[in-house]
Amino acid sequence: MTLSLDNLNSMQIDVLKEIGNIGAGNAATALSKMIAKRIDMDVPKVNILEFRDVAELVGGPETAVVGIYFKVTGDITGSIMFLLDKMSARFLTNLLMSMDESSDQLSEMEISALQEVGNILAGSYLSSLSSLTGLKLVVSVPSLASDMAGAILSVPVILFGQVGDKVMLIETDFIEGSQHVKGNFFLVPDEDSFEILLKSLGVL
Amino acid sequence: MGELIKVGMADLNCTKSPGVLTTLGLGSCVGVCIYDTYNKVSGMVHVMLPSSQQIKNNSNVAKFADTGIAKLLEDMQKLGANKNRLVSKIAGGAQMFNFNDSSDIMRIGSRNVTATKEVLQSLNIPIIAEDTGGSHGRTIELYSESGILLIKTIGLGTKQI
Repeated sequence: MTLSLDNLNSMQIDVLKEIGNIGAGNAATALSKMIAKRIDMDVPKVNILEFRDVAELVGGPETAVVGIYFKVTGDITGSIMFLLDKMSARFLTNLLMSMDESSDQLSEMEISALQEVGNILAGSYLSSLSSLTGLKLVVSVPSLASDMAGAILSVPVILFGQVGDKVMLIETDFIEGSQHVKGNFFLVPDEDSFEILLKSLGVL
Repeated sequence: MGELIKVGMADLNCTKSPGVLTTLGLGSCVGVCIYDTYNKVSGMVHVMLPSSQQIKNNSNVAKFADTGIAKLLEDMQKLGANKNRLVSKIAGGAQMFNFNDSSDIMRIGSRNVTATKEVLQSLNIPIIAEDTGGSHGRTIELYSESGILLIKTIGLGTKQI
C-alpha cells in the first residue's frame, strides 16, 4: 500500500509534528533577527485535514491571502508554501520597511520584501529539517501570489491530492508586541519522498 | 433567487431551477458546469486532477475530470436532465505561481482544462463558454433558472458568461 497521510500511524504523525515544531521555531528566530525585534511564538499546531476544511483555517475560500511558494529538490523532492493572511502580510511589510501603509494592493517593493521573508523562513525551516534527517535539501527561488485563499491553497492541495485525500499543514502564530502574525507552513513531500523522509527519521 | 448550494474542493452537486450552485476560490482546479437548457437541471463538479488513471488513490470520483464529469452526468439524469439537451461552461485552471521551468505540476491548471475539454467532447456535451487560465482565483455561481454563470475575482471584477 502506498504511504500517505491517510494511513500513517500515531508515532509517525508525532514525528512529523515534531519536525514541524522545530522548523517553525527556527523560522521564528530567523524572522526575529531580520526585523531586530523580539518575536514570541505559540506552540505550532500541526493539522491533518480534509480538503474542504483547509480554507476554513484562514477564514474561508474567499479570504484575501498571500502565499509564498518554493520547490524543494535534493534527496527528497516536494514543495513548501508559507501562507499569510492579508493583514499579517501588510503588518510585516510595514515593519520591514518602516512604513504605515494600509492599501489593499502590494507594491513591487513590498512583494520583494515578503519574498525575502519567505526565503528566510523557508530556508531556516528546511535547514533544521535537513540537520535532523541528514538529507540534502535545496530550496528554489520564491514565487508569490496574492489572491483568494481557496485559489492559492489549491496548489498544495492538488499536490497532496495526487497521493491521498488529506492535507498536512503546520500553523504558527508569531507575536511581535501586541500584533499577531498568523502564518501557515505547508510541507508537501512528493509521493516517493514521503517514505524517504519517514525512513530518515527512523519511523519506518 | 433559489437556494445557494456550495460545491467544495473535489466535490460535485446538482440541482433544479431555481437553485444556484457555487464553488468558492477556484485556483488551478476547474469548475465544470453542465446545464440542461430545457429541463433547467444544472450540475457542477470541482475537478482537481486531470485523470483517475494516473493516480493510485482514486476512490473520490469527484476529484478527477474523467470520473467526476461522468458521475455528475449520472446524478443529473436522475434529477431529470436529458443527455441530448446538455451544454457546459467551464472556469478556472489558473496557474497561481510562476516558475521559470514549467514542470508538469506547475502547469496543472492547463492540464486540468485540457482534460476537462476532452472528457466533455467524448460525452458530446458542447462547451458554450469558458473563462480559464490566467493567474487569478475565481468564485463561480451557476443559476439554474437561466444557465448564466457568474464569475467573481479579486481585483479583476465580476463577469457573466
